[in-house]
Amino acid sequence: MTTSTILRGRAWVWPDDVNTDIIIPFRFKARTNDPYEMAKYAMYGFDPEFYKKVKQGDLFVAGRNFGGGSSREQAPVAIKYAGVAAVVAESFARIFYRNAFAIGLPALEIPGISKEVKQFDELEVNLQDWSVKRLKDGRVFPALKVADFLRGLMLEGGLVEYYKRHKSFPWDQLKTAPTTH
Amino acid sequence: MRQAILGDDSLTFAEKVISLRADGGERVRHPGDITILPADLAMAQDSTGPLAIRVFREMGVEKLWDPSRVHLVIDHTYPAADEKVANLHSFMREFVRQQGCHIVEGSISHQHLMEHHIVPGMVLFGADSHTCQGGALGAFATGIGSSEMAALWSTGKLWARVPESVKVNLSGEFKKGVYARDIISHFIGMVGEDGGNYLSLEWKGPSVKTLTMASRACISNNSMECGCKLSVFEVDATTEEYLQSVNRKPMSEVHAGKKATYRDEHEIELGKLEPQVAEPGNVDKVKTVGEVEGTPIDQSFIGSSTNGRIEDLVVAARILKGRKVKAGTRCIITPASVNVFEQAIKKGLAEIFLESGAVFTNATCGACVGTHLGVLGENEVCISSSPRNYMGRMGATSAKIYLASPATCAAAAIEGKIADPRKYL
Repeated sequence: MTTSTILRGRAWVWPDDVNTDIIIPFRFKARTNDPYEMAKYAMYGFDPEFYKKVKQGDLFVAGRNFGGGSSREQAPVAIKYAGVAAVVAESFARIFYRNAFAIGLPALEIPGISKEVKQFDELEVNLQDWSVKRLKDGRVFPALKVADFLRGLMLEGGLVEYYKRHKSFPWDQLKTAPTTH
Repeated sequence: MRQAILGDDSLTFAEKVISLRADGGERVRHPGDITILPADLAMAQDSTGPLAIRVFREMGVEKLWDPSRVHLVIDHTYPAADEKVANLHSFMREFVRQQGCHIVEGSISHQHLMEHHIVPGMVLFGADSHTCQGGALGAFATGIGSSEMAALWSTGKLWARVPESVKVNLSGEFKKGVYARDIISHFIGMVGEDGGNYLSLEWKGPSVKTLTMASRACISNNSMECGCKLSVFEVDATTEEYLQSVNRKPMSEVHAGKKATYRDEHEIELGKLEPQVAEPGNVDKVKTVGEVEGTPIDQSFIGSSTNGRIEDLVVAARILKGRKVKAGTRCIITPASVNVFEQAIKKGLAEIFLESGAVFTNATCGACVGTHLGVLGENEVCISSSPRNYMGRMGATSAKIYLASPATCAAAAIEGKIADPRKYL
């Protein structure tokens, strides 16, 4: 499965510091290995009924430090399998960010974005340009640049899909590449 | 090149380890560089391991790159609290039988790896955020998720961005009733819960030498709560003594250069610290104990990988000895490893705990993650020495969690409300 490069949907707006215990509490995620089961507990801390309200293709817009706390990959998995197509945040916690790319959930970092978007505003996330467009006025917010190998990994749908297709990992190609410094 | 990197005065700890290890250690790496690091050790536990195993199989990889370097640890909900957990544990055991890697049951991964495997200079990836505890021994130890763990299992390598570093200078001496946990709580309060995101913390200054290995482990472990990638103590006499006691030798002793570049420098004078308490909801809502004294509690939890070592239990026992846990209040004490559990029994601490009315459990993550052995009900209030006070962390979404040192938690258990531990010491 390759991710489509233009994602259009309505935005759920979340505050700063949405941690992984809010996204999926431990006691639920530690009792299943099924992503669709995990999805039933997505955003449980804010709304136990979230999975019933979210629509396929919805988007997340959040403040700073989205996904802080635990290393649980079940957090981005729950969000993705609940139907959310991409997460846009002012910043991401380190492990959540790595996990999002690893499972093919687009994660775009745009400082200031949570003040520019209201609940259920329609947005268009462009994974080619790595930007977000607010549809009501057409304003485009460019996301902070991300290493090409990570964006490629996300576009191919995450590590499982990437490995099945290439029999290698996206960072393998970096071995001889010059570094960015 | 190896000697040149180790002796380079301009490099931080993180820059040195990555330069030494990335792609054979052929050149110096700087913050922002993306590198490929070979792992000396890869760990996953019972809430990240099952997903990693599923991903590993979905990728179609048949064998671990090196089973002798892979550790699966059943610690979070040990022994299984219900059938669903039991089935995931069985799934892990079956994978271990098939692959021939290590399995550990009933000690918290970070403490087990510290007691048995971690050495200075080692590169350790763990599918658990608190893996950064390994920095206490001068290791490059950091947390990742399940899919990246599966990728690491197949090749033994993983990408790593070279982090910027922050220096924290510790000076002065603790006053009575103040411990390592209060240092790190205070620091998190200073920088905020994302104040260390992507960064490598280096703990420096004249007071570092006064910190025991257990205290360093507490600080390195809990540094995760400001988001850091690494939290490191350089090798010194305390490290050497610890390594001797467990009969291990460093892979390399990496000392940050004196002219290394730091993004920030912070000073903490231990003599100015009071016992710290983080208020419910966010780990950076840090107050002194005096500001929250008297808040009624239903439960006090002393344990977790942050503060479940023998020195923590000794302090708790000192406070609980000859006293009773307040009627109507639960006090749950959970050691971080089987080894700590055994020491607690040999030192007579178990007896003190039981006589005080506390519950002394087996080693597990347990109450910290609200999975068993002390789950909170609706609107209950807990004071805990565990690392996180997030909404719903230990059970009901409406439950409230205060974070504090084991001493402050023990004092609260006696009074049934948040209390200053100094009057009991």
